[in-house]
Amino acid sequence: MQKDTSSSDASASHVGRVRHRRRPTEATTDGNRTNGPALLANDQNKYKSMLIRTYSTIWMIGGFALIVYMGHLYICAMVVVIQIFMAKELFNLLRKSSEEKQLPGFRLLNWHVFFTAMLFTYGRFLSRQLVNTVNSDHLLYKVVSGLIKYQMFICYFLYIAGFVWFILTLKKKTYKYQFKQYAWTHMILLMVFAQSSFTVANIFEGMFWFLLPASLIVINDIAAYLFGFFLGRTPLIKLSPKKTWEGFIGASVTTIISAFVLANVMGHFQWLTCPRKDLSTGWLRCDPDPMFKPEHYSLGEWVPQWFPWKEVALLPVQLHALALGLFASIIAPFGGFFASGFKRAFKIKDFGDSIPGHGGITDRMDCQMVMAVFAYIYHQSFILPQNYSVEIILDQIIRNLTFEEQKFLYQQLGEIFHEMQLMQR
Amino acid sequence: MFFFQPTPPRQGSLLSRPRPPPATCVLVMLRARSALESRLWLEDEAAAPGFSLVVQAFQKPSLTMVFKSRRACTARVPSMLINSSSPPPEPGTQPTLTSCSSPPAANRTRWKNPKMQRDNGSGDGIPGTPSPTHGARVRHRKRSGDVPSDMNKTNGSNLLLNDRNKYKSMLVRTYSSLWMMAGFVFLIYMGHLYIWAMVVVIQIFMARELFNLLRKANEDRQLPGFRLLNWHFFFTAMLFAYGRFLSWQLVNTVTSDKLLYKLVSGLIKYQMFICYFLYIAGFVWFILTLKKKAYKYQFSQYAWTHMILLMVFAQSSFTVANIYEGIFWFLLPASLIAINDVAAYFFGFFFGKTPLIKLSPKKTWEGFLGASVTTMLSAFVLANFMGHFQWLTCPRKDLSTGWLHCDPGPMFTPESYDLPGWIPRRFPWHEVAIMPIQWHALALGLFASIIAPFGGFFASGFKRAFKFKDFGDSIPGHGGFTDRMDCQMVMAVFAYIYYQSFVMVQDLSVETILEQILRNLTFEEQHDLYEQLGNLLTRGN
Repeated sequence: MQKDTSSSDASASHVGRVRHRRRPTEATTDGNRTNGPALLANDQNKYKSMLIRTYSTIWMIGGFALIVYMGHLYICAMVVVIQIFMAKELFNLLRKSSEEKQLPGFRLLNWHVFFTAMLFTYGRFLSRQLVNTVNSDHLLYKVVSGLIKYQMFICYFLYIAGFVWFILTLKKKTYKYQFKQYAWTHMILLMVFAQSSFTVANIFEGMFWFLLPASLIVINDIAAYLFGFFLGRTPLIKLSPKKTWEGFIGASVTTIISAFVLANVMGHFQWLTCPRKDLSTGWLRCDPDPMFKPEHYSLGEWVPQWFPWKEVALLPVQLHALALGLFASIIAPFGGFFASGFKRAFKIKDFGDSIPGHGGITDRMDCQMVMAVFAYIYHQSFILPQNYSVEIILDQIIRNLTFEEQKFLYQQLGEIFHEMQLMQR
Repeated sequence: MFFFQPTPPRQGSLLSRPRPPPATCVLVMLRARSALESRLWLEDEAAAPGFSLVVQAFQKPSLTMVFKSRRACTARVPSMLINSSSPPPEPGTQPTLTSCSSPPAANRTRWKNPKMQRDNGSGDGIPGTPSPTHGARVRHRKRSGDVPSDMNKTNGSNLLLNDRNKYKSMLVRTYSSLWMMAGFVFLIYMGHLYIWAMVVVIQIFMARELFNLLRKANEDRQLPGFRLLNWHFFFTAMLFAYGRFLSWQLVNTVTSDKLLYKLVSGLIKYQMFICYFLYIAGFVWFILTLKKKAYKYQFSQYAWTHMILLMVFAQSSFTVANIYEGIFWFLLPASLIAINDVAAYFFGFFFGKTPLIKLSPKKTWEGFLGASVTTMLSAFVLANFMGHFQWLTCPRKDLSTGWLHCDPGPMFTPESYDLPGWIPRRFPWHEVAIMPIQWHALALGLFASIIAPFGGFFASGFKRAFKFKDFGDSIPGHGGFTDRMDCQMVMAVFAYIYYQSFVMVQDLSVETILEQILRNLTFEEQHDLYEQLGNLLTRGN
């Protein structure tokens, strides 16, 4: 995911969300510079490919900005669409059409397991939001709460149905192929789907927790490219020969600094920082979390007299953003190395060709997924208020009690508190 | 039959006897290297084509089984010999390729599946050699020792020697089965913590078997420390699974010591983060150890590790979660699987006629249906029997090992039903006491008889696909641990999910939750809960 140090790669001028890497057309230009024939045609190809990439990049950025503006639910929808495309790319990747001809309906099995996984993850992540959304209509509430109560069981049975289906479709000559495809489906769902589902969980905690990690990855890419381009000398890792240590370190510093700054910028918008408690799409207003309230630190003794700023307003979240930046610069590139190694191992050039000039969607998303999981786990461990027990019990209440029972519980609790207050007086 | 042996020959198997080189469709006996050629994973078929045929070298000609097509047989054996770094063929054995194309139909034997249900007879139409007398927990299968007896009955030579082998192997199996049963009963007596320890030990053995299964020793030599990576992932998964399942129990155990309590609750709070970082460390380590020539092998091993952890480890961890809800929820599903096996064997043995599934040719519909009925009946009866013991039904709230006493819960309280009119007239019983748990046990029995055997089919199919005979050889006479546990794992997950969805919720009334709130939460947390609940409820009005 870091910028290649290729000198022929003049697409440094893409801004924002471009991930940059050697493309087949660039290889030909290098080759031709060495070989020397037909320079004019190759120059035309190079500019043409750069134009295609710029065009698709701008569309991606534009679309992304629009969706961020629209809101949480639309981002979820975008993530789901991206996941479906990634799954389609990856399912097709290791398919052998000769074997597939003997196995009708086998591809359907992949999609069955995929949708079971989707039902499971989103059911767990979004159960609270779902319950909050449908409180209005009682019949729908009963249906939804029934679904949530038995969600684990329903998903398990769908999975077992897929498992049994798989075994019943085992054909004598193609055992090995089918088992490999089964394992491949599970690996895709584990590595790709599960990781990107954490994105959705992040979004509903506040778009900040989705936008900041994603931007950090992008900034890391671009900075690594630029540093590598201008200063690159020592190779970083055998797996990606074009990455350099200079690019890596320069990008790390840049990422951490921009994490600090970006967190401050983003923290001022309520649209980004407020958690979304339900599945609505309107505007959000909330009390800013103490994380996002500026705290003032005075710089009295450290700066000379002429310095105009005597104190600095820091959001506590900026310190957490430093941790996110550190991870984004050091560990997240390994997601890219993993994808590169995988492609080398199986002799694939790209995961797909959905995005003109960039390859498939998985090529774009491989670092993002590692970051999304980290952001979620970091958020859960260090940022959420530590109401672990309260969340569990509230979860139990929502899942297991009917509406009347919940009201009854509420009344009982109220009475108990009332009594305790009376006793204290 | 495949005598594919990834390890040195077992006691009493064909391999330990000196044998003349076979005459038909036999390839070079690369005995020392067969273990290596066996381990193909995501490898192109053309690269090591005839290794399945290599395996058949160990057999007598009449029982040679041809799995590969003729093309593989005739064209590629020489390339295999060239490619592999194995020693040259033993002098005196010549690969004869011509007979691969048409194995005599009469000599073709069926694939002896290591499977969970009783085989329908032990040989090709030879009804007399089952080993049915093992106790409840024996999983039964044809072993290599049985085969020579069949063969020799067909061929008519060396009868006395093979009978001795057959009885010897049966004795070995009975012996190990008895030991397994006795050990198991002992552990049940000792308690939850010891059962947990047993599950962990079994998991470690299963993981070791499976990690070694698809390893290629020649590639592994270039990758020092790669096996360690597997174990790293394994222990990370263990920390994660048991941390989540047993967090309450852990906290309740260490409430006495203040410092230890802080330590343990800190660990639990950050458990997800710690496990995630251990996993990421393993991920980074994996990428840093990628070597240029071994990319595909390493990625395959990585995927294989994840699949093992997902399919085997995760499923068996649910067993531990079940145990702490009450040994009943571990013992009943496990017994049902064992009963299903034994019953399927007997029904198949006596009534078996119609084959059930192509994957396991010895299973029959009669065995399957008879076993289903038997399993459900015994689920009903066993649940009643087990429900009377508090040791089995009480949940364990901490990690202690002493005796348990608790209120049996509404599930285990017998309710009396009056029998319909005509029964009291003929029999002395007027009413029958049925615990509500028995109805749930029927559901468990239904699953154990219908779905759980698919775990066995999956393992059989897997072994066929990758040409293994067994997953390992830890248990003498039975194969490896995974062979014993494959149906159990599917059942354990189902038992856990069933319990969480249908049994536990009936225990979660308003009173129990209220009690939990008042007991476990601090005052501020209770108020917080109250506010959040209020918000939730007012939204709905």
